[in-house]
Amino acid sequence: MAKTIVVTSGKGGVGKTTSTAALGAALAQRGEKVAVVDFDVGLRNLDLVMGAERRVVFDLINVVQGDAKLPQALIRDKRCDNLFLLPASQTRDKDNLTAEGVEKVMDELRKDFDWIVCDSPAGIERGATLAMRHADVAVVVTNPEVSSVRDSDRIIGLLDSKTAKAENGERIEKHLLLTRYDPNRANRGDMLKVEDVLEILSIPLLGIIPESLEVLRASNLGTPVTMSDNNSAPSIAYSNAAKRLCGEDVPMSIPGEKRGLFGKFFNRRAA
Amino acid sequence: MSESQTDKRPIRLKGRSFLAIQLSPELPFENWLERLDDLARRSTGFFLGRPIVLDVEGLDITQDQLKDLIGELGERSVRIMGIEGAKSSLLGIGMPPPMKGGRPAGDVEPPEDGVKQPAVAAKPVHSKASGDTKVADKPKVAQVPAQDTGQQLPSIVVDRPVRSGQSIIFPEGDVTVVGSVSSGAEIVAGGSIHVYGALRGRAMAGSVGNTNARIFCSKLEAELVAIDGLYKMPDDLDAGLVGQAVTIWLDGETIRADKI
Repeated sequence: MAKTIVVTSGKGGVGKTTSTAALGAALAQRGEKVAVVDFDVGLRNLDLVMGAERRVVFDLINVVQGDAKLPQALIRDKRCDNLFLLPASQTRDKDNLTAEGVEKVMDELRKDFDWIVCDSPAGIERGATLAMRHADVAVVVTNPEVSSVRDSDRIIGLLDSKTAKAENGERIEKHLLLTRYDPNRANRGDMLKVEDVLEILSIPLLGIIPESLEVLRASNLGTPVTMSDNNSAPSIAYSNAAKRLCGEDVPMSIPGEKRGLFGKFFNRRAA
Repeated sequence: MSESQTDKRPIRLKGRSFLAIQLSPELPFENWLERLDDLARRSTGFFLGRPIVLDVEGLDITQDQLKDLIGELGERSVRIMGIEGAKSSLLGIGMPPPMKGGRPAGDVEPPEDGVKQPAVAAKPVHSKASGDTKVADKPKVAQVPAQDTGQQLPSIVVDRPVRSGQSIIFPEGDVTVVGSVSSGAEIVAGGSIHVYGALRGRAMAGSVGNTNARIFCSKLEAELVAIDGLYKMPDDLDAGLVGQAVTIWLDGETIRADKI
């Protein structure tokens, strides 16, 4: 049974695309067949982070409009055979993305893949709502700062009302992925602490990704961070998050802090 | 200069609900007006002093026809306060304003026994609030319902956090939230507001003019609290109350707050 994940945040620049690529690659490395889908029409970046920018022929809009078949648009990753990218269009208008068209593409992807990871654009407009529409699971990417937390809160509200699952009276599974976390700055009070963010958002924690130069380096090299160096702190954090998505029980930890300290928050369920 | 002496008191905006009678005319109007005359003969003064809304949904008529109908009704002392279901092209200058958002409230029967008039149904009219819909079931009280007393108000329970950007509006009565109310969210209640969690957004209780309404929360971090139109910003509240379990009530024209 295919699972559809939407990686969303409301606010821009918090690490949605990086997280999509990293989680997608980590899931694929576990042997699952994964498609990462870029919904950011007009401002696509997932192709760059995946290192596939020069291999884009057809895109999501082409498939939605019937100009290309889905297998023609899917780009197979060169490093991992079961990882595919469905890029967004950089030139077309986002109004070309229709609800019916997206639904058809998602249904088709579900037949072929174990995981579909959708990279949502920032904001709460059409692109973002369409990206979350067919999701089973939402990964809410949040930075430990107030504006990001409030935007995430808004997105969680939309996840509970605007998704297909919510409209059928079901509840979409929501997980918090805290990115760019720096324990030293949090302890100094320059940043929100993990427990503060969890208290406000009250959704279970999927992982804490430490602030790291490794993330930027990997992006610029066009490699998902989980593929570039398996032993870097962000890579381990993303891999653990992917394990948790698959239902494994991995103790929560932040590099530089005691292991298992935040395990109790992870098990907390609300909303 | 008198302009510099403007009164600084805030203007209070309150909601008020009346039970309006909805008239749904049928084509041809001559025939329908005859039946209306018949009804009026049997129950003199039935339409006098009542708020009346004209429902023209689905009627294929021109602006002139509508104007004539309003004139005909005016001659019968039936004054229309608003028109529902009309296309904007149908409404001209000098006509009653368009209305929307009405909720059905059961049939209103004319005071004397007689043939039922199926085209006459009652609807509560909302200025900001909805009315007590129970009264419409009995013909005797099909007049303007009395102001809600606050004793038999219904209530709703929201058992999930209220997120930023969401608003819970329940003019009929109390709102209870089991969870937090986020910054950027708002709760508007006709009655009291109970938050079993942190109140970080806005809470407006007693929105339909209920001075007895209160706000309760287990952790006060609100952006705004209001009761019956009077409000307080966080800076106006006692700093010692922030983060505490607090109740907020109205004492005359002043908002008071204290720890629970």
